[in-house]
Amino acid sequence: MSRTCTGSLLSEISWGFQIMSLPSFESLIVGDPIPELEIAPISRTTLALFAGASGDHNPIHIDIDVAKNAGMDDVFAHGMLVMAYLGRSLTDWLPQSSLRSYGVRFTSITKLGDAITCSGKIVEKDETRKRIRVEVQAADEDGDVKLAGDAVFEIH
Amino acid sequence: MISKEFIGHESAPFSTTVDAGRLQFFAKATGQRDPIYSDEDAAKAAGYRSIPVPPTFLFGLEVENPSAFALLHEMEVDLVKVLHGEQRFEYHNDICAGDTLMFRPRVVDIYEKKGGALEFIVHQTSVTNQDNLRVADLHRVTVIRN
Repeated sequence: MSRTCTGSLLSEISWGFQIMSLPSFESLIVGDPIPELEIAPISRTTLALFAGASGDHNPIHIDIDVAKNAGMDDVFAHGMLVMAYLGRSLTDWLPQSSLRSYGVRFTSITKLGDAITCSGKIVEKDETRKRIRVEVQAADEDGDVKLAGDAVFEIH
Repeated sequence: MISKEFIGHESAPFSTTVDAGRLQFFAKATGQRDPIYSDEDAAKAAGYRSIPVPPTFLFGLEVENPSAFALLHEMEVDLVKVLHGEQRFEYHNDICAGDTLMFRPRVVDIYEKKGGALEFIVHQTSVTNQDNLRVADLHRVTVIRN
């Protein structure tokens, strides 16, 4: 595990100089947490950028009039934005080339201003296939879970 | 209620090329700091052919194709009632900027809960690349609040 204080100033500075090394399969232990990733509060700008970049142009995330007509108080985040953040926490930890699957259930809406923290822990090790399974979740500052799921890595 | 006849329905396959600029935009929009997701040299230094497609990027390429909405329209589903229930990706081979991908979406299940108050559509899409190599599968559950 190369980074333990993700989101701190120190890791921001050192990021550019860090060469990611793949931990050995043996060093990964069931029950161990993966490094947490803290995300800045969700803003309208974030949602506008993500709509364009992701290809999800559903107006309920970017147009307050549409959101209000649908019975919402305001626009809210794309579930896939939060899934992308949680994906970042995975690839910050282990290289994407070792990722075999990643899935989540969306459990509650992420609102403007919510500060998301991504976390997870190793729950299974398959010694034969050299695979680990991690359970992951993204929650706001009140602990309200926005999405939860798992990911499988294969490490040779 | 959505007709169960849509179970097994296959939308027309569609193809799209992964654009490096689009990946850079996605990296910016998701606050990505790892340079392999925006800089080709950094990606190559990390062992990738080019900038890799991040874990959730394929979802956008699938839903921005008009066929995704055409299907819901055909099912007479009101878009305002649609929620994203689940999303899963299976990765078989790497996908990088410049790859041309073929998406083959199909509906694998439709079911309801709470006496039809909630309906679920399970979508499964296989993705192959320019070498006809299977690169990924997408699994999506759409929820309709009636």
